[in-house]
Amino acid sequence: MTTRRPPAPEPFLWLLFSAGGMIAALFVPVLLFLFGVAFPLDWLTPPDHAHLLAVLRNPITRLVLFGLCALALFHWAHRFRYTLYDGLQLKRFSVPIILFCYGGAVVGSIISAYLLLRV
Amino acid sequence: MADQITLEVARYRPGLDTEPVMQSYQVPLREHWAILDGLTYIKDHLDGTLSFRWSCRMGICGSCGMTVNGDPQLTCATFLTDYAPGPVRVEPLRNFPVVRDLVVDIGDFMEKLPTVKPWMIRDVDSPVEEGEYLQTPEELDEYKQFSMCINCMLCYSACPVYALDPSFVGPAAIALAQRYNLDSRDEGAADRDDVLTSPEGIWACTFVGECSAACPKDVDPAAAIQRYKLTAATQAVKNFLLPRGAR
Repeated sequence: MTTRRPPAPEPFLWLLFSAGGMIAALFVPVLLFLFGVAFPLDWLTPPDHAHLLAVLRNPITRLVLFGLCALALFHWAHRFRYTLYDGLQLKRFSVPIILFCYGGAVVGSIISAYLLLRV
Repeated sequence: MADQITLEVARYRPGLDTEPVMQSYQVPLREHWAILDGLTYIKDHLDGTLSFRWSCRMGICGSCGMTVNGDPQLTCATFLTDYAPGPVRVEPLRNFPVVRDLVVDIGDFMEKLPTVKPWMIRDVDSPVEEGEYLQTPEELDEYKQFSMCINCMLCYSACPVYALDPSFVGPAAIALAQRYNLDSRDEGAADRDDVLTSPEGIWACTFVGECSAACPKDVDPAAAIQRYKLTAATQAVKNFLLPRGAR
């Protein structure tokens, strides 16, 4: 191994972006289909409220949903950062863009954790 | 089928033109004629001053890349009949400075290419008497696709990141680095890592994928870049979490 630069954040941000894209692509369509289409239209019988609440209060459910929310937010942050850089050519404002995008993802993750713990 | 087709060709003659102008030529529309044959017809019969690069006429030298109706194409592998009844707009490759007419300055790519060391690197060369470095068909398959690159630079012309930021190392150079990184006989991955993982390397790519769409040899440079992103990110996590000896 040759000498390496001090760890740059980009690989870690890309891993979050990548994981977020993967997990959102796998889970969000299923959740949207169930709770947005199939249950409201009575295609499937929804679980009763107490059952759903019990599932939601399970620590594993909370962890999975938190992971989904946080990673999807970091996916958005990374993509939106580059959309602003390249699409709108605002790279000269990279510091506020980085703060807004990843800061937004952090704040969103905290809010999702708070909401998940409150149910 | 009409027997003629119009080629609208970008002309830029330094000293004469202040900026590129389009000039129309009527060329025969023949079934087996590529755009390049049309350009050669112009040069031979209509206007000997037209300048363009070509060499092999069979899609292997990578010299005749131009922008045809807005898309980067090898003009030897793009047929006039596919654009009938025309007109066909032929312009130089985008994202490169134009030297004259359809000839672009490829100096930037030629400077970048050696920085990723696209050649076999060994820690210790084994003596010739020991014979070849053997490789299984599976090991060949690992890199074979990336070895098909002909340096035609259509991917650079298609890449919107390169258009915005010419310091980007670019699709072909990264794919060629991966061609050697993934070769079982090569030991130079660490030597290539600094350039590849620099901000101008893989991390500049936003995976638009136009490079792979433009590639006439199905190299899929976008896949090469994403694969190396995963390799580099995994290594970064290891460097962060593991003590030096365990990496």
